[in-house]
Amino acid sequence: MIPKTLFDKIWDSHVVRSISGGPDVLYIDRHYIHEVTSPQAFEGLRSRKIRVMRPNRTLATADHNIPTANQHLPISDDLSRNQVDKLQQNCQEHGIEYFGLNHPKNGIVHVTGPELGYTLPGMTIVCGDSHTSTHGAFGTIAFGIGTSEVEMVLASQCLMQTKPLTMRIKIHGSLGSGVSAKDLILWIISQLTTGGATGYFVEYAGQVIEAMSMEERMTVCNMSIEMGARGGLIAPDLTTFTYLNKIKPLSSRPDFKSLLLRSRSLKSDEGAHFDKEIQFDVTSIKPMITYGTNPGMGIGIDESIPDNINSESFNKSLEYMGFRPGMKLAGHPVDYVFVGSCTNGRIEDLRAFADLVRGRQKAPGVTALIVPGSKQVEKQAIDEGIADILRDAGFELRQPGCSSCLAMNEDKIPPGKYAVSTSNRNFEGRQGPGARTLLASPLTAAAAAVTGVITDPRELLTN
Amino acid sequence: MEKKKFEIAESTCVPLPLENIDTDQIIPARFLSSTSRAGFGENLFRDWRYDKTGNLNPTFVLNNPQFGGEILVAGRNFGCGSSREHAVWAISDYGFRAVVSSYFADIFKNNALNNGLLPVIVPDTYLGNLLDLIHKDPETRVRIDLINETISVPSVGISVRFEVNPYKKECLIKGLDDIEYLLSIKEHINAYELRNALRI
Repeated sequence: MIPKTLFDKIWDSHVVRSISGGPDVLYIDRHYIHEVTSPQAFEGLRSRKIRVMRPNRTLATADHNIPTANQHLPISDDLSRNQVDKLQQNCQEHGIEYFGLNHPKNGIVHVTGPELGYTLPGMTIVCGDSHTSTHGAFGTIAFGIGTSEVEMVLASQCLMQTKPLTMRIKIHGSLGSGVSAKDLILWIISQLTTGGATGYFVEYAGQVIEAMSMEERMTVCNMSIEMGARGGLIAPDLTTFTYLNKIKPLSSRPDFKSLLLRSRSLKSDEGAHFDKEIQFDVTSIKPMITYGTNPGMGIGIDESIPDNINSESFNKSLEYMGFRPGMKLAGHPVDYVFVGSCTNGRIEDLRAFADLVRGRQKAPGVTALIVPGSKQVEKQAIDEGIADILRDAGFELRQPGCSSCLAMNEDKIPPGKYAVSTSNRNFEGRQGPGARTLLASPLTAAAAAVTGVITDPRELLTN
Repeated sequence: MEKKKFEIAESTCVPLPLENIDTDQIIPARFLSSTSRAGFGENLFRDWRYDKTGNLNPTFVLNNPQFGGEILVAGRNFGCGSSREHAVWAISDYGFRAVVSSYFADIFKNNALNNGLLPVIVPDTYLGNLLDLIHKDPETRVRIDLINETISVPSVGISVRFEVNPYKKECLIKGLDDIEYLLSIKEHINAYELRNALRI
């Protein structure tokens, strides 16, 4: 038998039909939808006079366009409320399970899917959101799609897709103290650039990945799209199955036997061919921070902005950020800190933030938005006493949602202000018109929050 | 459903040589609250077109009366970032029928093809030459011929081939969409499910 990559195994087993010279018809096991990219798809079904083919394979949540305070009240913005109401109506009409505001299963779609056990190894998963790559942490083919494709999946449970190329990134060594999964992926993107993996589906492997928790693996896979990759995935292992078993004993699942069978083969075979292979030793990487307006523009927190690049895009980017080539970022004042998003809005992220701010105080002049990724994360943060630690240090835990990551709601960073954010994109205006975003880990966000300036978190770690 | 058809576009161009133009620039998130596909052109490149006070930014190319047409020519890695199809709807609604770049982000490219907006991938050097020609003479007309998969500047004779997936090409030329095809093979999908699909 020809050795196969994990990606090829999952893809090939989901091909319903191949069109010669064209795309494959790919069966989709799980479809997540949210309020922003689905209404036009349902409208399309209506105009075609067809219904959702497999309502039980689609799950809906409201997350992108919702407030993160006073969620018990009606949404005050008319357009946002209309969009969320529309999702609820569409789900009702088509028999799709919907987790609306205040539902105990509500939250950011890429946080809830995994934590509730809906994302399982070997699946194909899509959602009208580019960070669907997050689910790849469980050994799935998961990728973001547009609204026309959402309509295709609703109509037929299938997608027409051209098979991407495969890339394996093997990560050796170990991460230093104060260096997290977020720093690792920001570093990888800084090496490959923001478009460096376009056309590829990435498998992350190597001892650093194997040693990671599921939360950390999700952070890594989440940002695959930020180097252009269609998605990223990691072979499931004991860590994966232990995580899933805690949510719901695997033996109680209807597909337990096939899951077990399948799990053994869910890895790339020895000698499998990848279109591109990259190896990194990451032992010496530092906490990372971005200085520009794409996620590939990252440096070690104690380093200087490059002074040897001269392109229109680079100069425009620095001008927008109010930075100069050669400048050091450490010590630069920070106005806002945002902790949350599908990249770093999980319980481990809140724990890391809380550990560093415990016994310290929020710096005067810093406005902090601490947003749990889901109702479950929120509950856990309260139960574990994280909410108390935050309150004692001058912070407040908000209610779950995408929030300031894309600032569709009122959680906007004002023009010209600097925000250290644990989210995934530092594009111009991403967190509000004129907002200046510096992407970093929850620990680096915590260090900025208590000092008021960009600070290497390792300086504040006691052990 | 009737889709936009594409065979040939011949027009002057709008040059936008920046690299890595992301979909947040094409259509900022705060304009995504609509539940229809219409009207997004109004806010295309909103934060580049208008200044902080809401006045037209005269230095942005869309506000430069010298430039216009159905073809947008942009720096490499166009359409990166968010999967929002609204970006494609905004570009089409504004009046563009094709975008030329040296490469496109994957999701954007699929979204474009699904909406009859043609992404034309050309070599970096050709893109550079094209941008130079357009900047020197905004009246430069570019011809994009999907049937023969060529893009050319007839006045100076530079021409290059581009590739489109044969299936997608046929869909574009005939105005077909994937859903009609998928619905036509429903029996195969049912059979696949019975045989293979993971129970959930």
